Amino acid sequence: MPQNTMIKVENLTKTFGNFTAVKGISFDVKKGEIFGFLGANGAGKTTAIKMLIGISKPTRGTAVVAGFDVQTDSEKVKRNIGYMSQKFSMYDDLTIRENIVFFGGIYGLSRQEIKQKTEQLVQELELENYIDQLVISLPLGWKQKLAFSVAMLHEPQIVFLDEPTGGVDPITRRQFWEMIYAKAHTGTTIFVTTHYMDEAEYCDRVSIMVDGSIEALDSPKGLKEIYGVNSMNDVFLKLARNIE
Amino acid sequence: MGILVENISKKYQNTTAIQDISFEVNKGELFGLIGPDGAGKTTIFRIVTTLLIPNSGKVTVAGLDVVQQYKQIRNIVGYMPGKFSLYQDLTVEENLQFFATIFGTTISENYHLIKDIYTQIEPYKARRAGALSGGMKQKLALCCALIHKPKVLFLDEPTTGVDPVSRKEFWEMLKRLKQFGITILVSTPYMDEASLCDRIALIQKGKILKIDTPQRLIQNFSKIIWNIKSSNKYLLLEDLKAFEHKHSVFAFGDSMHFIAKTDLVSKKEIENYLKTKNHSDIEVNKIEPTIEDIFMDLS
Repeated sequence: MPQNTMIKVENLTKTFGNFTAVKGISFDVKKGEIFGFLGANGAGKTTAIKMLIGISKPTRGTAVVAGFDVQTDSEKVKRNIGYMSQKFSMYDDLTIRENIVFFGGIYGLSRQEIKQKTEQLVQELELENYIDQLVISLPLGWKQKLAFSVAMLHEPQIVFLDEPTGGVDPITRRQFWEMIYAKAHTGTTIFVTTHYMDEAEYCDRVSIMVDGSIEALDSPKGLKEIYGVNSMNDVFLKLARNIE
Repeated sequence: MGILVENISKKYQNTTAIQDISFEVNKGELFGLIGPDGAGKTTIFRIVTTLLIPNSGKVTVAGLDVVQQYKQIRNIVGYMPGKFSLYQDLTVEENLQFFATIFGTTISENYHLIKDIYTQIEPYKARRAGALSGGMKQKLALCCALIHKPKVLFLDEPTTGVDPVSRKEFWEMLKRLKQFGITILVSTPYMDEASLCDRIALIQKGKILKIDTPQRLIQNFSKIIWNIKSSNKYLLLEDLKAFEHKHSVFAFGDSMHFIAKTDLVSKKEIENYLKTKNHSDIEVNKIEPTIEDIFMDLS
């Protein structure tokens, strides 16, 4: 695998009984790239992501993530990636500090590192006054920004974000994307799913999954040109509608 | 008569969920509560559906008081909560049958109301509701909320987490329901759905920022919005933030929306500034605001 390829997926397939959720998808993601992984509900995105982060075994095909094969080295994959989703990001009944200590420990950081990271993180997010509050008491937007930073505690080369901004207010949603941009700028690879099509425009490249297969993969600009439309929303509607 | 909400407030222990909220929904109107998570939308829904009593204020639904006449209200409204709340271990058909029965009606009696929607899920009518995909669950929930021919329909974030195609289909269904004269109160965090409502209330942190038709909100917005593009989006955002004339700048898809401190700033000035910052492929154009622009400017 070339040094600058962070994800290499070849013919990745997952079947459940006689249902094929992911049908032999192939793609690469480069270092420092913001890669948008789009698709309708039920298109197979979540199944594909579960394989990429090492918690579900592919039925066929290969995926190499951060240099490790998800089939044979799934534990190493997990240690070398960051992950957050809308549904699970942090423990609501722990404080901010406790969450950082907990995840720092899971990721194998030393006490000294955790202490230093905690200070740095709450300072960057201006959460100094809230550090000993339960996470459940935070507004969703703060929580998601914090969750992103926690997912980056161990400085992974790649982070998976599964609908990180669902329901978040428009200003915080944009601040969240500024954090993504800043991380990508320093070489971190971002793999992100979203239902907000304006966010798809912020990605370097976007893939669109329909019915278990990747139907389109290009830069947002390229996709708009191919489909002869003005926005990613229209690209999405066109692709998913054509299939029906 | 639709829905009348007068000065309601609700506190949970130390947190004020909503404060002094008032709005009116006319009979047959499609009214949207537009705001992010935590704005207080669900608290309002619980109060108007008689599930929660406000600390102060008064609400009537179809002329009935939500505190005194809650039983009557429950018979004449349909409610689709934000969380999927049908019986997961009943089939599609059983769920619908169940809701029809408890409201003392039958599926066939009001079938015309749900026909358009139900035919889309009918192929799966023997499937357990828990095994449906997100889009299909949402369609079934809407059918169950409609089967007793409610006068007022409450939809709390029906499209959250739903992909753009299913969202579009859902709104088309709502538009068709309007022909039956059903009053609809719907909430959403997606600002682009606002323009599909007759009138909207923009809501944040428990307070209403504005109520109007989407068209009038757009017409009455007094600031100029500049749509700006260049070849490097990240640096464009950073440079516009540092621009001395900046009032606000936000990323919008493939461009930036920029509002200057004063309307006197010209296109030329913005272009020249970006040229000094070595941007190429610069495009600067005045555009009509979106509801999202207005929401961000108010919040």
